[in-house]
Amino acid sequence: MTPLWDTYLRPKTLAEALQAMLTAPKPLAPLAGGTDLLLDLQQGRHPPVRTLLDVTSVAEMTRLERRGDQLYIGAAVPVARLTRDPLVVAHARALTEACALIAGPQVRNVATLGGNVAHALPAADGTIALLALGAEAEVASLEGSRWVPLRELFLGPGRSALHPERELLVGFSLPLLEGNDASCFRRVMRPQGVALPILNCAVWLVRRGDEVDDIRIAIGPADAVPFRATQAEECLRGQPLTDTTVQQATQALLEQARFRTSPRRASADYRRHLVIFLFHDTLRIAWERATSPPS
Amino acid sequence: MTKQITLTVNGNVYTLEAVPGEMLAMLLRERLRLTGTKIGCGEAECGACTVIVDGEPVLSCIYPAERADGKTLLTIEGLSAPSASLDTLHPLQQAFLLYGAVQCGFCIPGQIMTAYALLQHNPDPTRDQIRAALKDTLCRCGGYPSIENAILAAAEALRTGRPVQPPALPASSRAGQVVGRFHLRPDGVEKVTGHAKYTDDLVFEGMLHAKVKRAMVPHAFLRRLDISRAKALPGVAAVLTAEDLPGEKTHGLVTYDWPILVGVGERIRYVGDAIAIVAAETPEIAAQACDRIEAEFDLQPVITDPVQARRPDAPQLHPNGNLLKHIKVRKGDVDQGFAEADVILEHVFHTQMTDHAFLEPECSIAVPLPNGRMEIYCGTQIPYQDRLQAARALGWPEERVRIVGQLMGGGFGGKEDIAGQIHAALLAHATGRPVKLLFDRRESLLVHPKRHPTQIRVKMGAKRDGRLVACETELYGDTGAYASLGEKVMTRATTHSAGPYEIPHVRSDCYAMYTNNPPAGAFRGFGVTQAAFAIESAMDMMAERLGIDPIEFRRINALRVGSVTNTGQVLRESVGLLECIDRVIQAMCQVSGLPRRELFKPRPVPEAPHLVRAWGFAAAYKNTGLGGGAPDKASADVELYEDGMLQVRSSSAEMGQGLVTVMRLIVAEELAVPPERVSVLVMDTDLAPNGGPTTASRQTFVTGNASRYAARALREAITATLAEKYDVWPEHLRFENGMVYVNDHALGLGEVAREMKAMGKLPRVRYEYEAPKTHPLGAGGDMHFAFSFAAQAAEVEVNTRTGEVRVLRVIAANDVGAVINPLGLQGQVEGGIMMGLGNALTEEFIVENGQVITDRLARYRVPGILLTPEIISIVVEHPVEAGPHGAKGIGEVSSIPTTPAIANAIYNAVGVRVDRLPIDQEEIVRRLKERAALSEQTLES
Ligand SMILES: Cc1cc2nc3c(=O)[nH]c(=O)nc-3n(C[C@H](O)[C@H](O)[C@H](O)COP(=O)(O)OP(=O)(O)OC[C@H]3O[C@@H](n4cnc5c(N)ncnc54)[C@H](O)[C@@H]3O)c2cc1C
Ligand code: FES
Ligand code: FES
Repeated sequence: MTPLWDTYLRPKTLAEALQAMLTAPKPLAPLAGGTDLLLDLQQGRHPPVRTLLDVTSVAEMTRLERRGDQLYIGAAVPVARLTRDPLVVAHARALTEACALIAGPQVRNVATLGGNVAHALPAADGTIALLALGAEAEVASLEGSRWVPLRELFLGPGRSALHPERELLVGFSLPLLEGNDASCFRRVMRPQGVALPILNCAVWLVRRGDEVDDIRIAIGPADAVPFRATQAEECLRGQPLTDTTVQQATQALLEQARFRTSPRRASADYRRHLVIFLFHDTLRIAWERATSPPS
Repeated sequence: MTKQITLTVNGNVYTLEAVPGEMLAMLLRERLRLTGTKIGCGEAECGACTVIVDGEPVLSCIYPAERADGKTLLTIEGLSAPSASLDTLHPLQQAFLLYGAVQCGFCIPGQIMTAYALLQHNPDPTRDQIRAALKDTLCRCGGYPSIENAILAAAEALRTGRPVQPPALPASSRAGQVVGRFHLRPDGVEKVTGHAKYTDDLVFEGMLHAKVKRAMVPHAFLRRLDISRAKALPGVAAVLTAEDLPGEKTHGLVTYDWPILVGVGERIRYVGDAIAIVAAETPEIAAQACDRIEAEFDLQPVITDPVQARRPDAPQLHPNGNLLKHIKVRKGDVDQGFAEADVILEHVFHTQMTDHAFLEPECSIAVPLPNGRMEIYCGTQIPYQDRLQAARALGWPEERVRIVGQLMGGGFGGKEDIAGQIHAALLAHATGRPVKLLFDRRESLLVHPKRHPTQIRVKMGAKRDGRLVACETELYGDTGAYASLGEKVMTRATTHSAGPYEIPHVRSDCYAMYTNNPPAGAFRGFGVTQAAFAIESAMDMMAERLGIDPIEFRRINALRVGSVTNTGQVLRESVGLLECIDRVIQAMCQVSGLPRRELFKPRPVPEAPHLVRAWGFAAAYKNTGLGGGAPDKASADVELYEDGMLQVRSSSAEMGQGLVTVMRLIVAEELAVPPERVSVLVMDTDLAPNGGPTTASRQTFVTGNASRYAARALREAITATLAEKYDVWPEHLRFENGMVYVNDHALGLGEVAREMKAMGKLPRVRYEYEAPKTHPLGAGGDMHFAFSFAAQAAEVEVNTRTGEVRVLRVIAANDVGAVINPLGLQGQVEGGIMMGLGNALTEEFIVENGQVITDRLARYRVPGILLTPEIISIVVEHPVEAGPHGAKGIGEVSSIPTTPAIANAIYNAVGVRVDRLPIDQEEIVRRLKERAALSEQTLES
């Protein structure tokens, strides 16, 4: 058992952080809350590192603010803040709800959205909420920075498209609500369950009268990567929300999703069964929220 | 240049060198010696390590120390002045004490710090907000309702500036001056301030750190072992193998079958078997050295369950085969009984392996003394057994070893066997230096004995009118690799397998089998937990077949005074079962507003009909004391000092359950002094006499009696001395309020002590108490000197869509004989119910093919505050003549009926009979769907 790290760096700016990635002893890993990474390192699920690059003091990554018609959430903002920040509560209810369900308050005070996304698990709660909210992610390297749709970050379970020693997630950008849209996040756990839910679901939609003007549905784990139920979205987009259209959407969802059995957590059958109720509940709540005037 | 970090902790600024890989918890504990911050898991699961950084609670076990650079921290030690007394503590600390939230105390710093942070943000929290804040801060003693009440009371005190309002807790119906009334724990203040020392909090000059190399294969012969690379590592002080054992090669509580170290050519029987031990300058070096030990194994086929173990072709794990014990209970003639029965029911139940998951992992520190003796500091339920076993291993006479028991962060039966005591002693002996062996959570989970997984077949026969006429049970108990207390546990499972009922014809057979799973041994409930799940489920099934109300069915058959148990014991007194049952019915009707006949009917929630509620019921009994013919003794010393203080001493174990309070109150009562004047010393084999094992809910009774008789003897000695000196009749002496009155002359007790010494008499008495004789199983007569009885009702809500189960309320009535310590009783009841609830819904120690899957707290699910139901506790007092003030045990019976009450409630709600633990929400859905499909088919056809 060698020390978990030799070199611990706490850069204050993005430029410093990126520079450190170039010069610090390798292997290196960015460290945010550490609630995944430090345990993975301790328990041998992550290859050993020499340098931990603590990004929680990087100014660009700890901002939480309105930018034009977008909400910007720094990748290193602790999720506890997202559960109570008025901007997030008003414009990203699904994210608030997801973050409030992650672990307990002590973990939430350090865990970040960046870590939740970069860990690339198909059912990470924050990730599923962001996916439904149409988030884009800012990825920075010494070559510069780019915005990518969230889905493009995921390659497989636990595998993100980020280069772990060259790229950082800086933050996320979500469209602000316009008044007739709303979102919701729900999940099913086992009592005291292992950290990840049996199934979670986030829905964002725009309502026009009795019609669904636009909708995004995210579910986890329903594929090797965080899953968007695009075919179910198709069934509902531009349609009135009726038993029939919801039924069709559910069918489409069940056809598109690829549920797996996780030993000792849930079978694929159980998930196929649960997803129907979970999807309906989440959809209904988002729909009802969209009628009420924004608070 | 080395990097420096500067942090402010509890108002003090520290500048320290940064140490690679160091977590904040280690910095606080090891470098600042702020050991109030506890490490229960080291994996972000338990919350014991919670500290406040810049105003927010965080888990210091996964918080890199370097991140704290420039930050301001508050730890438990910073909440009040180091010398604070009850009155000057922080209101949260006061309230935790007053509300009985403090049991073993290990989780308490984390609970208080988390609560502190909550109250900073929210001075007037609701119960729900408290629960949300404490969501992941575990208390295995299970005092969540008390914790919640304490936080509410503290919040109010902080808001209003008034003192913390104590709880309204009724006194015993048989209360004395002190006994049976509300009193605080003697060790409470130190536990809420973080100054309490548990073994891992101690340091000794020149101390080495030990690590055990474990086999990690479940069944094999050790072919080759090479320790040379480990020995060569700088900083390693010793590496020992079986070849180096100076004394006996095995340990065990009843049977010496557990190798201290498995040698080359010898058999490995489970993954936790030790093959080498290392002592090194730091824990890291010790771990590295272990990694450098090379071992090769000849793998053998793995025996994974007791039924397989009993097959003739199974490999035999021990010289006497795989059968540890065949246990038989015979009463009447079951064949005749079944022939008389109108209805016969047969069903097989399965219970899972579970872990105690006490929050404090095992730790032992062995300290060699210049005079050739060895001191072992550890948390242990049986100090004198540890002494015996360590001495055997060293090849020494027992007296050369001293066990210095420390505060224990929970035991629940899991700290009866040897953990690291012997290994630490061997290494200390070899190196001549103090050696600490601390298990991390993973090692704790891998190594110590568990609750026996059990398969139980129940066959039951009854008459139409509800009288039980026959019961046959067959049990297979998986005792794992070593005997531990397996034989005793499975005996208790067998004798209790027909429930607290009088049945004319009973036959029970139990096969306690060795397997390649982790050993199974003592665990709160001691086999009866398993038996009760089977029999109490079967009772409900039978009641339904008979068309009789399940409670009425139990009332008809319940044990009462005059009943004969299935081991042939006539119950002559103290059988409060019927009263327990009746009081629970009453309370159920009262809290639910339902008429009695509606209680067990399903009640869909009107606004969400997929949620269905119902009550379920179960009864239980549990022996107090070792029984079965084992001599059941405890000794206690009571001594009076010249400053007027008293001390009571016995090497019984305090593991959070509150024995120290019981001892203090009993002595205070006898000598008519305020309880604060009595200090308690336990678990030290040099300073305190043997109290026997802390198991079988026996300590209140046995050590309680020893303390009482010792105190009484001291009182008599005082009386005799003073009567002689002042030449008065002994009857003219009065003990009152810490004074002795001789006619009108008042003497302080300090003065009395001086007078006694002046007259050449020692103000000290030792008393050895021996409990009433019992007889072995099969011999008839009294197998136990007392039984505690209980009834519980649980109200559940089942989500028919997801299968999720919530326990909303639990009503518990316990016949404890008499209450000595009401606050302690409350903790035992709350904790017992939480453990029963975990056993029903969340806990399963999973072993696959001999390999442990649940080797982290993240995978072994201990119930948290969010799962805590409303608990309504009813105390029933049917005194035992021989008990101290009439008391008998409570520690176990409070936990036993919870699981079957929940299972029965689920059946009542949705018609799914669960016969396998833990209750699986997915299985509930599957069964509901099958049933729906079936009824559709019937409709179609
Ligand atoms: C007790 C407990 C309960 C939990 N419960 C839940 C739960 O209910 N739901 C849930 O979704 N999760 C849960 N988690 C998992 C975890 O807390 C979350 O996934 C959290 O959001 C991870 O964030 P972090 O900041 O701690 O990530 P870290 O552990 O710091 O990092 C995770 C990974 O992301 C990388 N990384 C971090 N930040 C960046 C960045 N800015 N750029 C590039 N790479 C980066 C790291 O190198 C690492 O590979 C739980 C964890 C624990 C310990
Ligand atoms: S010790 Fe840190 S959470 Fe358990
Ligand atoms: S008092 Fe909470 S774990 Fe013992």
